[in-house]
Amino acid sequence: MSEHLTEIIVFTVLFLVVSGMGFFAARWRRPTDLASLNEWGLGGRSFGAWITWFLIGGDLYTAYTFVAVPALLFGAGAAGFFAVPYTVITYPIVFLIMIRLWSVSHVHSLVTPADFVRVRFGSPTLALLVAITGIVATMPYIALQLVGIEAVLKTMGVSGSGLLTDLPLIIAFVILAAYTYQSGLRAPALIAFVKDILIYLVILVAIIYIPARLGGWSQIFGDATAKFAATPAPGDGTLLNANNQLQYVTLALGSALALFLYPHSVTGVLASRNRDVIKRNMSALPAYSLLLALIALLGYMAISAKIKPIGTDVNTVVPQLFDQMFPDWFAGVAFAAVGIGALVPAAIMSIAAANLFTRNIYREYINRDPTDAQEAGVSKVTSLVVKIGAVLFILFIDPQFSIDLQLIGGVIILQTLPSVAIGLFTRWFHKGGLIAGWVAGMGAGILMLYNVANPATKHEHFGGSAFALAKLGLDTKMTIYAGFLALAVNLIVALLGTLLFRALKVADGPDGTAPEHYTADEGDPRIKDLNLSGST
Amino acid sequence: MPDDKSDRSPWNWLLLLPIAIPLMTFLYNFDEPRLLGFPLFYWLQIAFIVLGVVTTTLVYQMTKRRRQR
Repeated sequence: MSEHLTEIIVFTVLFLVVSGMGFFAARWRRPTDLASLNEWGLGGRSFGAWITWFLIGGDLYTAYTFVAVPALLFGAGAAGFFAVPYTVITYPIVFLIMIRLWSVSHVHSLVTPADFVRVRFGSPTLALLVAITGIVATMPYIALQLVGIEAVLKTMGVSGSGLLTDLPLIIAFVILAAYTYQSGLRAPALIAFVKDILIYLVILVAIIYIPARLGGWSQIFGDATAKFAATPAPGDGTLLNANNQLQYVTLALGSALALFLYPHSVTGVLASRNRDVIKRNMSALPAYSLLLALIALLGYMAISAKIKPIGTDVNTVVPQLFDQMFPDWFAGVAFAAVGIGALVPAAIMSIAAANLFTRNIYREYINRDPTDAQEAGVSKVTSLVVKIGAVLFILFIDPQFSIDLQLIGGVIILQTLPSVAIGLFTRWFHKGGLIAGWVAGMGAGILMLYNVANPATKHEHFGGSAFALAKLGLDTKMTIYAGFLALAVNLIVALLGTLLFRALKVADGPDGTAPEHYTADEGDPRIKDLNLSGST
Repeated sequence: MPDDKSDRSPWNWLLLLPIAIPLMTFLYNFDEPRLLGFPLFYWLQIAFIVLGVVTTTLVYQMTKRRRQR
């Protein structure tokens, strides 16, 4: 432990400074009253371009991304680089979609994607399905942030097995829970500044300093190619092969479509001040993708530096690389960057999940007419429950299980695309068709994931998202992203179901929105005291 | 999208470029030519980030004025 003492001290100091900022955030940008979801859960919908950039960036590019993407390249090579095209194509896709969601949410004071579905399709059932999908997809994502912190703690030698050695992790999350409870979305927004500055600093140093020590980029790519050539696995290599290109492309596209369906991304977008802020951010956020591409290549640097993961946990390769390459004090800074990097998204995700519960379950089924303060109160408590759940997940269940669930999360959140994203453009679908599509897509997606084995981790089921087309009877070795096929099933069923319900003249729900609501901007009139159940 | 006038603009079609091009693996799934030691696969995909920034910025600038009411 003593050899890591400098790292531990630097890490702890930075961590405490940031925690102090989290508590201070309640007073930042002085809200008159924090006791409403608008203020606690969306920061008063007042964030400008800079804060939004840091907030959404800190939200989407999580600590888990920083350890898991390089770990993918470390293990499988080129296939892991899908994260780069994924984060390139997502911004132009959402450029036109999210501004419409912002506008309609502004007019109707909506807080969650399920709120929108409720107003648009007049169906509490469909809204409930969207809300539950969001909560279930987000929970393991929060747990994964802990996996990121854990990888760092393991490298510093302060984490092991047993309950007592998990104490640092528990303390970190208790602090996080306390200031999120107090400050709401303002806490991660303020902390995101520090997190991103630290991450940029660490990565800039890493991509200059480490290759110089390893003998340059040609050497690094050469070592990686040699490693993959020596392994018996057919799917790895520094380039794609004939069988995983379709998977690469569909995974990138599917993930891009899923990204902004996640409740925590919606929370980040709705917290911005106006449409312009969002549009500007869609062209500025790719700066993070550049960072991500460079971070991904840390996986190859780890190969070149002959890094061995701790035990079987490949997520430790990046912390191990930092530990071996950097002087102790700077490794401490790097570890703090990853640790704090986990706090920002974990806070936003827990707020988003809590808002879904409050708005679409509590308000719909328990207390139909809550005051603003009651809503905020329920959300605050729920955010605590969500975080406790995430900690229990990590402590008592194999972390691999969270990773599996996160995989499922991406597939299932895609199933809300027809209601949320397509719903922003057209009201053509019948609510019954959308519900049927959701059920079919969800079933198909989970069934496919269940049938993906991973020989490397000896998992018979849920071993990855690459579904072999051969399982459908096709004579090929090609694989495809399971979420993509599931979405296709969803859309076809929704389409047929809509035609069927129309033909049978089954009553559809009322649409509470008007066309001009989708283009409204800051300063346009809002519908005050919106009654979600009636809308008219 | 018949219900929406003010978001419509021919410039929006430009956004198809950074969506479609990164999905064409036949463009970049090669080792050569290398740039600064990076295989084509890596440096070209990093270059696509720049393509994305340029097109979204352009579309943002060209559609901004139309939104002023």
